[in-house]
Amino acid sequence: MTENVSSLSDDRIAYLEGLVRRGRTAAAVFTQFSQQDVDRIVKAIVLAGLDQAQYLARLAIEETRLGVLEDKAIKNMVATEFVYNYIKDKPSVGVIREFPERGLVEVAEPIGLIFSLIPVTNPTSTVLFKCIMAIKTRNAVVFAPHPKAWHCCQEAIRIMYESAVEHGAPEGVFTCVESPTIPDNNYLMRHKEVKLIDATGGPGAVKAAYSSGKPALGVGPGNTPVYLEKTAHLDMAVVDIITSKTFDNGTICASEQTVVIDDEIYSLAIRKFADLGAHICSEKETEILGRMVIDPDTGFMRPMAVGQKATDIARACGLRVKPDTKLLVAPIQGVGREYPLSVEKLFPVLSVYRATSVDEALRVCVDVNHAGGLGHTAVIFSRDDEIIRTFSEAINAGRIIVNSPGSIGALGGVYNDMVPTFSFGCGTGGGNSTTDNVSLYHYLNIKRVARRTQAHMWFRVPNQIYFNMNAVENLRHFPSQSTLIVTNPLLEQMGHVDIVRRFIPAQTPVRVLAIPDAEPEVKVVMQGVEALNLHRADQIIALGGGSVIDAAKLMKLKYESPEADLEELAAPFLDIRKRVVQYPTEKINRVRMIAIPTTSGTGSEVTPFAVLIDKERGRKVTLADYSLSPDVAIVDPQFVMSMPRNLTADTGIDCLTHALEAGVSIHASPYTDSNAMQAIRLAFKYLPIAYENPRDEEARSMMHNAACIAALAFSNCSVGVNHALAHAFGARFGVGHGRANALMLPHVIAYNASVPTKFMPSPNQRGYIAHKKYAMIADLLGLAGDTVAEKVKSLVSATEQLLDRLEIPRSIADLGISKEEFERAMPDLAKVAFDDPSWRSNPRMPLVSELVELFWSAYRGRSPANLGSVSEQATTKEWASV
Amino acid sequence: MTSTAEWIKIDPERILHALQQEAVDKVNSAQGEVTLDFSSVLRIDSNVVGAMEQLAGLAGQRSVKVVLRAVNVDIYKVLKLLKLTQRFSFLT
Repeated sequence: MTENVSSLSDDRIAYLEGLVRRGRTAAAVFTQFSQQDVDRIVKAIVLAGLDQAQYLARLAIEETRLGVLEDKAIKNMVATEFVYNYIKDKPSVGVIREFPERGLVEVAEPIGLIFSLIPVTNPTSTVLFKCIMAIKTRNAVVFAPHPKAWHCCQEAIRIMYESAVEHGAPEGVFTCVESPTIPDNNYLMRHKEVKLIDATGGPGAVKAAYSSGKPALGVGPGNTPVYLEKTAHLDMAVVDIITSKTFDNGTICASEQTVVIDDEIYSLAIRKFADLGAHICSEKETEILGRMVIDPDTGFMRPMAVGQKATDIARACGLRVKPDTKLLVAPIQGVGREYPLSVEKLFPVLSVYRATSVDEALRVCVDVNHAGGLGHTAVIFSRDDEIIRTFSEAINAGRIIVNSPGSIGALGGVYNDMVPTFSFGCGTGGGNSTTDNVSLYHYLNIKRVARRTQAHMWFRVPNQIYFNMNAVENLRHFPSQSTLIVTNPLLEQMGHVDIVRRFIPAQTPVRVLAIPDAEPEVKVVMQGVEALNLHRADQIIALGGGSVIDAAKLMKLKYESPEADLEELAAPFLDIRKRVVQYPTEKINRVRMIAIPTTSGTGSEVTPFAVLIDKERGRKVTLADYSLSPDVAIVDPQFVMSMPRNLTADTGIDCLTHALEAGVSIHASPYTDSNAMQAIRLAFKYLPIAYENPRDEEARSMMHNAACIAALAFSNCSVGVNHALAHAFGARFGVGHGRANALMLPHVIAYNASVPTKFMPSPNQRGYIAHKKYAMIADLLGLAGDTVAEKVKSLVSATEQLLDRLEIPRSIADLGISKEEFERAMPDLAKVAFDDPSWRSNPRMPLVSELVELFWSAYRGRSPANLGSVSEQATTKEWASV
Repeated sequence: MTSTAEWIKIDPERILHALQQEAVDKVNSAQGEVTLDFSSVLRIDSNVVGAMEQLAGLAGQRSVKVVLRAVNVDIYKVLKLLKLTQRFSFLT
């Protein structure tokens, strides 16, 4: 290829450079044109081409000696009138499409200078088509017609160019290479100012285009299989096939090549072909024809036959046919080199195959498709939708034409609603990048203007929440045929179960399942399912802390949907709306779940989460789906009045952590904020009182409410990096969840309040606001400070003071964990924390190194390292805009 | 050496004349820079592009800076596509 280019003389290169310069300038000038300018010119050149359709057809016939005058004139008219009809109202300048509901706008950008190859088989029509496309899209074209069609193409280009310039198009918008050669084409294909190659031509030209390293549109060779199925409208099918295959003497590459006919209708179909002017070849004639029109060495058609009349081909082959013969029909027994006529034949010779079954017919069509026609065109005549569907799936063709002629059908706009074209994309099967009918959109760079959209948010909570002292009495309102109380042995001993039973309607059979007071294992869940099945329960009352309630959620899930795979449902996800694994919606049982918490921390009574222990693999998995949320929550403080002090402190801090993390979550909304802020206020005020005076009913009640309210918030916006750190640390060192959270909390507030190393993508937030929200919390708590930074510092201090008041150790070192042990654990801690999904809603995206820093900060305790890096200048006014 | 600044307001009806006559004369006689005011010009054609290329060539030979004032973005894009922006200075 390079040698070819190097064979060009300096004069020839200067000539080609001149064409490029003109085209490039025209393309640049064209960018200034408006839609009205373009449409005015398009209409003018369409009329010019239409006016000269017959003249150009005659020129093409005289020069190429291929095809039929009348058909070429029709093609020229289709290339102008039909194409115009398709494009006339389509925007191609500026905004071309808008999708307001998606915030998307498409804007057209011209390509620039296009180098275009024109084939000998459809020369003038292809020129007309491409000129119209180029003007419509504000591009300039350098044409290189096939040497055997140069004069007619040059004349078509002249007509279109003069009309275009007369109506305002830039000078040089179309040029034509004089007597183009392969070296010329190669030079232009590689020219840096040529932005696109549109190669409508033979396989060699198309391959050269794709090999040039430039973006290219190319067509592939065709070999159109036709399935004439027994339910087809036979008269229509035979006429359509003859119309198509004889159109312009078969020069359109989408025309029919081999017709596979069902045995039941084969004889009748052949007779109809004969009645309508086809000559049915004998076995001997088929053999002669195959030898004469197909080159046995290459397996391709001989050029001498292309575009010739049936009678001329017959004469050349020594076959005796009637003078009015339109088509030579040659029966073949297979596809491949031993059946020469099974390949593409751009002349009126049609091979036919008799199939004894649908399967055989489809197999032969696939064989024809693969014998040089991949990605191009296929045709089926049938009234059986199922067979049409099967055919469409089996055949690899960009155009599958149903009950209409292949060639004219593929051109689009006449027999169907496909895009009118003179260039067929053939997909990867044909070595092309598209299977489309090439049209104006392929001549444009389409720019997408994507406006920021806000993700749809939600606020989902259980249907009913009863709260305050003795709220358990509301159990009376829930009739049940059979109720299972899930609890733990300690609560049973403490008489809590008896209290609950007292308010269940007397006639309701009640069974109690006491499970271990630990995060549930699968076997515990299955025990519950067994009990539910045994008693045909329609109500579960989960009485306990987070573990019991989580277990009950999973029992309900497996009872209602036994096929649910807990392992699969625990698959990770980034966005709950886009998760891969969906929870089952089909249920064989229905059960109401009522959750009665006996601690004030997890909020599991209203959350859509459940933690499951996988002992075999030594890991903890979290299941999350709103279908896991209990139907009813009863937040009755009488069940927490006797909660031990350390548990009060730890669960209370868990509640505070939920609320603080929900407050700065990237998914926070005004709905979650209202809950998070109130929970923070309640926790700061009542947690120390509940800790110091466990029998203080008001404090217990408010903390119980705070835990539930915080859970309403984080159920809808999730938590953050504090939880990721606490999960990893707690699991590694056997530290309770609330306490682990407490150790991290001041450090995480300081971390989130400082300028992130990496911002978390958060389409619903305008700018980084975590530090401002902490300032807002500080104000809510009445803490000191004028600037945002001061308020954040006050919040950290207030948190530390709260932890001190709750007598919670303030450093990991205080727990007795040695520095060496902690150091050894660090790689695993960092890895597990980074894998934890909790941080994905954190405002700051944590680097692994930052997680390590946070762990060490918590190890040392006190004086969070990052404080002070937030803007000192930010004022209260700033958070007011959050 | 003292430099002088010349200023030509380009009339959209006579752009070619302005570029091929007036601007050329100014470039030939100027010793500093020539400013062409395009504020009234909405669009340029291939001939104008050619004239601007020639003017840029002449200005280069004579070491005169040609400043284009108030060129709209459509015209600027044409000049950018043709790699002519580097041969002119622009003033808003």
